[in-house]
Formats: sequence, C-alpha cells, structure tokens
Amino acid sequence: MEVLIDPFLDNAFMLRALVAGVLVAIACAVIGTFVVLRGLAFIGDALAHGVLPGIAAAILLGLPGMLGAAVGAVVMIGGVTLVTNRSRLSSDTAIGLLFVAMLALGVVIVSASGAFQGDLLAILFGQILGTSTEQLLVMAVATIFVVAVATIAARPFLLLSFDPEQADVSGFPSRRYHTLMMLLVALTVVVAFQTVGTLLVFGMLLAPAATGALLAHRISLMMAIGVIVGSLSTYLGLLASYWFDVAASATIVLVAVAIFFLALFVTNLRAPRQASGVTDPATGETVS
Amino acid sequence: MTAIEAQGLGVGYGEEVVVAGIDLTVPAGGSLALVGTNGSGKSTLIRTLVGLVPTARGSLSVLGAAPGKSPARLAYLSQFHQSGYILPIRVVDVVRMSRYASLGLLARPGAEDQELVDWALEQMDVVDLRGEPMRNLSGGQRQRVYLAQVLAHRADFIVLDEPTAGLDAGGRERYLAAFAAELHRGAALVTATHDIGEAIEYDQVLLLARRVVALGPGAVVLTPDRLMETFGIVIRDRHEEHVGRFTIAERSHGSPQTIETRPPTE
Repeated sequence: MEVLIDPFLDNAFMLRALVAGVLVAIACAVIGTFVVLRGLAFIGDALAHGVLPGIAAAILLGLPGMLGAAVGAVVMIGGVTLVTNRSRLSSDTAIGLLFVAMLALGVVIVSASGAFQGDLLAILFGQILGTSTEQLLVMAVATIFVVAVATIAARPFLLLSFDPEQADVSGFPSRRYHTLMMLLVALTVVVAFQTVGTLLVFGMLLAPAATGALLAHRISLMMAIGVIVGSLSTYLGLLASYWFDVAASATIVLVAVAIFFLALFVTNLRAPRQASGVTDPATGETVS
Repeated sequence: MTAIEAQGLGVGYGEEVVVAGIDLTVPAGGSLALVGTNGSGKSTLIRTLVGLVPTARGSLSVLGAAPGKSPARLAYLSQFHQSGYILPIRVVDVVRMSRYASLGLLARPGAEDQELVDWALEQMDVVDLRGEPMRNLSGGQRQRVYLAQVLAHRADFIVLDEPTAGLDAGGRERYLAAFAAELHRGAALVTATHDIGEAIEYDQVLLLARRVVALGPGAVVLTPDRLMETFGIVIRDRHEEHVGRFTIAERSHGSPQTIETRPPTE
C-alpha cells in the first residue's frame, strides 16, 4: 500500500500535482465530451498547439504565460471564425491554416529569443511536478467556471450536439453557443497547459471523453466516466513517473490513451461490432 | 392568430432564389402540404418558415412575427439529423429536448412537461423504447422518436419535412392519427411530402417545381396534368378499386427514374 500512497503523502509537490491533474481532468472531461460528440477534435488540437506563440511572447515580455495563452486562443478562434465566414472554405481548412501559422509564429518567436529552450520544453510538456499552490487556486477557479457554464448551457450544448439546427429552431442560436463552447475549450487549454503542457492537453481533452463515449448511454454519465478516467490516469501516471523516473505529463496522457484502448477492446469483446453505417457529421447536406 | 402570412415570398440561399412569388395564408388550425420532387424547393421553403434560412424576397410572417421568433410555439421535424449514431442519448432524452424551447436555459421541467413526454412516446408507440440508447434503434424507430419529439412540443405551428421517411405501415398509421389530432387541437400544420394520398387530405396543397405550379385545395390542385408538371411522369390507375389513384414517376436529374407507388393496402 505504501508504494501506492506514500509518494503523495511524503511529497507536497506530488500531492499538488495530483490535485492539479484532477482539476484538469474535470475540466477536460466536461468540455472534452462536447469536443468528442461534435467532432471538434481538430479545433481542439489547433487550440492546444496554437497558443504557443502567445505563451512564448508573454514569457519574452515577462508577462504571465497564461495571459499569452489566452490571447493566442482568442486569436485562433477569431481567425478560424473569420476565414470560415468570409470564404467558402470548410472550417478544417481554416483551422489548419491558423494552426500552422500560429505554430510557425511560436517557433519564430522562440528562435528569435534564443535563450529559453528550457521554457519551450516546459510549454510543450508542462511542469505538473512544479505546480504551485497559487497555480492550483487559479486552476480550481477556472475548473469551477468551466463546469458552471457547461451546466448552465447544458440544454443548448446538448441540442448543438444533437443537431445545430434544432438548437436554432429551439431559440438557442447555434453560432453563439458554438462560440461559447470554443471559449470554454480555450479556457481549459489555457489553464491546463502549465501542468500537462500544450502537446498533451489535447490528449486529456480527447482520451477520457472518448472512453466515456464508448461506455455511456447518457451524456452526464459520459462526463462522469471522463472525470474518473482522467483522474485515474493522473494518479497512475504520477505514480509511474515517481517510481520509474519517467516524464510525468506524458505518462499521464499515455495511461489515458491506454485506458481508451482497453475500453475499446472490452466493449468489442462484449458486443461484436454492429453492422451499422456511421453518419459523417461533416456531411450534413442541405437538400431543398 | 395566423400561422403563415406570405406575400411575394421568394426562398433561396443567398443570391440564388429557388422559388419565387409565393402568396400564402395558413390560418391557425389550418394545414398545408408541400408536394414536389427533390430539389423542387420544399425544404428551402420549410427552412425559411422555421427561420433557418433568411427570407430572400417579399414578406413572411410566422405566428404573427418574423420567422424564428417564436421557438416555444413552433415544432420542426428536419429531414436529416446530424448526430443520431454517435451521441450517447436515450429515447426519452430526445423527446424531452422538445421542452427546452419553452423551458429556456434553467427552468426545471414540471409535471406537465413529463406528462407531455410520456403522452408523446405513447402516441408514436415507443414507450417500450424510452430507456434505449438512440444508436441501438432502427431508422424507422428513430423516425418515430423524432415524431414523438415534435408531438411533445405541444406547438401552435408544426412543420414536418418528409415525416414518413423510413416509417413502416404501423408507424405511418400512428403518425397520421397523431397529427390529425394535433390539427384538431388547433395546431397549424405544414408538411413536405411525396405521398399524394396524404397530401389530398390537407386544406391546401402547394405544388412546387422550383416555382409555384399550383396552390389550392387538394381535390382541385392534384390533377394528373399538374402532377405531370410537378413530377414529370404520371400514370393514372384505371383499376376500378383504385379510381383516382396516381402513380408518380420522379425524374431526378434526368437519370433513371425512381417510381413511387402507393402502398397496395391501407
């Protein structure tokens, strides 16, 4: 038992890391559920990585990284919305363009500064073991905010996942609630990058929620499973990193993805794959 | 209050007007069937009525206001549902969604909401499926659930886009009875349909072929000549028992014809 608990009791930094990871897991499971259901993985990915130039610029200017990440996320969402609305290009093209531009800009900023390769590693892979109490507080507030807004907007979010037009006809403008959803994804990314890093926050956004989608028949249950999978991954990942001296945040995400494949394996054993066609949400064709 | 008041209405997307010059009044409790081939403008008109597509030309008022301004009073069945398969959601949750337009963001559903949901499930004979995940349902079962969702809305104005798609004979019967009752309750009804036998029961029929072919009572409007104009090919059924029945052969984009016949027994 000591092997499983003591690292967290004997080391304050391990306990803080665990709390940080669980907070990230909660926010990611709630908003990641909608990312998975609505097929928004690509914009989630783009947001997670597109915040890089914002963070790099903020560090260069001596400002909090979180502030830079927030600016980067807003530029990302605004850019994607602009390109999608002003051209006939599909949103994934718009997302791809912005994604590449932001990533390139981030690398340019980092290379111009020359001096902070260590910082870059911290941005990409997080510093979950270096989480401060102050950071924990910020994360707790952000997580409560994400959960509260998602609870208030539960009906429009559900309608949006069911059918955006149904949301519009029901009096919940789909564009407005889509933007709100994107802002929550952005907030989650901004808050989570310090712990799991920009490369891996995406994994926390997808893997636990995707596991929930495999196992649950209700959205609330899907979120709950997501929280459990995310928290369990954090615990197991931290434990592994403590005993085997491997990178903490990467291990956490690996565990989360491993749990997904385990769930996939188990559900396939239980019920042989149904011969059902899966509708592609991208081709919601309009027929007059 | 009038359900639809349209004058010189043109519907379409952006610059492209699909159908122009629609003059139309549907009173409260009135019914209108939209008949035409795929691409004739039925769905575009329907999507304009519910406020999903802005009015391209002319004037249109729905339930005494601009389209889309009365969500609690309008129920809409779309032709396609984007999710269906991936969403982890139960039948009863789908039907409950219809109450959101009245409840708004936060109001708790009351006993009346629950009763409406139960009643609607019963109307479409899907009570046994209430706890089933949607993704386990067949296409026809799913369509029944979507129709139950519309019923549970308890709307003043109901707009249906091809409601019988995928329904079996039993489902169709349930549908016809339930929506006849909705009309009787005082709701107005607009339905896009390929089913001439159903359309003829409506107060008014609007024949569309990227223009208004005819508008009027079904018995007047649904003549072989007009159906010919609308669909391309009409075969009149001369068999004594089937007098007045038509078989319509749709010409879709000039390619091989799809033939739609009415079910032999009703």
